[in-house]
Amino acid sequence: METPPLNSLYQQLILEHYRSPKNKGELPDKTVEIHMRNPSCGDEIRLQLRLEDGRIADAKFIGHGCSISQAAVSMMTALIKGRAIDEAGALAEKFKAMMHGDEAPAKDRAMGDLRALAGVSKFPVRVKCALLGFDALQEALKKTSAGDPH
Amino acid sequence: MSALDVAALRKQFPALHQEVNGKSLVYLDNAATSQKPQAVLDALSHYYRADNANVHRGIHELSRRATEAYEDARTKVARYINAAEPAEVVWTRGTTEAINLVANAWGADNIREGDEILLSVMEHHSNLVPWQLLARRKGATLRYIEIDDEGRLILDDLPTLLTERTKLLALTHVSNALGTITPVKEIVAAAKKVGAVVLLDGAQGAVHTRVDVRDLGADFYAFSGHKMCGPTGIGALWGRRALLEAMQPWQGGGEMIEFVERDMSTWAEVPHKFEAGTPNIGGAVGMGAAVDFLTSLDRDAVAAHEHDLMAYAMERVGAVPGIHIYGPRSLDERSAVLSFTLGDAHPHDISTILDSEGIAVRAGHHCAQLVMKRYGVSATARASFYLYNTTREVDRLVDGLEAVRGIFG
Repeated sequence: METPPLNSLYQQLILEHYRSPKNKGELPDKTVEIHMRNPSCGDEIRLQLRLEDGRIADAKFIGHGCSISQAAVSMMTALIKGRAIDEAGALAEKFKAMMHGDEAPAKDRAMGDLRALAGVSKFPVRVKCALLGFDALQEALKKTSAGDPH
Repeated sequence: MSALDVAALRKQFPALHQEVNGKSLVYLDNAATSQKPQAVLDALSHYYRADNANVHRGIHELSRRATEAYEDARTKVARYINAAEPAEVVWTRGTTEAINLVANAWGADNIREGDEILLSVMEHHSNLVPWQLLARRKGATLRYIEIDDEGRLILDDLPTLLTERTKLLALTHVSNALGTITPVKEIVAAAKKVGAVVLLDGAQGAVHTRVDVRDLGADFYAFSGHKMCGPTGIGALWGRRALLEAMQPWQGGGEMIEFVERDMSTWAEVPHKFEAGTPNIGGAVGMGAAVDFLTSLDRDAVAAHEHDLMAYAMERVGAVPGIHIYGPRSLDERSAVLSFTLGDAHPHDISTILDSEGIAVRAGHHCAQLVMKRYGVSATARASFYLYNTTREVDRLVDGLEAVRGIFG
């Protein structure tokens, strides 16, 4: 399969998030933390959320890995802060659809900076990098809805 | 010694001649697996077209031919590593299975609680996890030879690491992650003084060095066909006959028995005792053809070519701003593996960008997570060279790294 041009992958916005990630660091008053790793490539994040009254009051992450995985989680935290848990869950679904080639989310303004990652869907081996943050988010929300406060 | 005719050699490898992402392929992932010459493809094809039958079973002509091809291949591999006799060569799926065979069959009767198994932190997971499993079963302890900043084993620690508790030393001959060639003979001699059995992981060593198992002085040597022009799914364990004979089988089934009674069976002679079930006959034939191919070349010329190529690669890649090369700086201590990082570009990003230029390298932990931890990185990019690579391909790699800098620089 022919790889599409690299500029569809390495958008400036992605590199900016990679170099200067949003919401990177410890969240002292977190209510849930998910550690997610991609063993095949070593990408790793700890997503920390403070959930209050059905909302994501705050979100931070610690991690290292490739530009795609780290930019994606940076963009994600910026977007989910202050959102209702249901909304964040819906965002995760939309992002996953976008990674599987659905073009609608790429044009949806609600996706914010995440739209810059639409090109990743054309690089199948990199899709799992982009999904790392949202996989952690979905785990965190699942854990919470199961009644586990931590 | 005449210079290697690399252009003629390349013609014999069909997979090298293709375009990837609109560029001619530069295949630099040879430490993962090598490409296959036409002679090996022909041998595989011929075997399945003309001789295919099960081995050591039938009386009919095809079975005779298949058995002969299978055992001839064993003889070729034995000769390639200078084994005392073909019976010391056990066919396996590859290096990993060869090591697991020793960990199970030899480990069962020879490792006890409180014993120590000495490894290095440079081991591929295939020469590490089988020993962790064995140590856990037996209550034995794993100890490690550390590496210095250049990826060389710290031999000064050997006198304290090797004691009468050390029952086994399992060590890589050539590191797949760093390219380090370990000073095997020196370490084997030290291990022998305390009575330890020595297994060498030859997955890379059998590819890039001329292996003489009797000269190395080890007890087991494990290697794979697919990294040295052969097919995947076939490899071999060389072991000293006395050790192999003393070991219990590790898998039961057809082929490995002599007589079967209701409650007990007796085992076939070595090496068949360790080859339960229908083996990878085609694979063995292919590995035999790979050995024929490699021995048909001037091996000194191949070694000189790889050495020159590495010298050129170290110099050119080393000059790329922001590059950090791992492993020994001296070419005498390094095989054809170039592990590196580049600025703040993650190795996966490097690999994706190089792939868009038609250049295949590996990015990741190279199944050597202890090495990554030692250097405080989660991954490196790795260009690994083989006899068919050229300086022009090194130039393409350097151009590709400039493209990486263009995006991440």
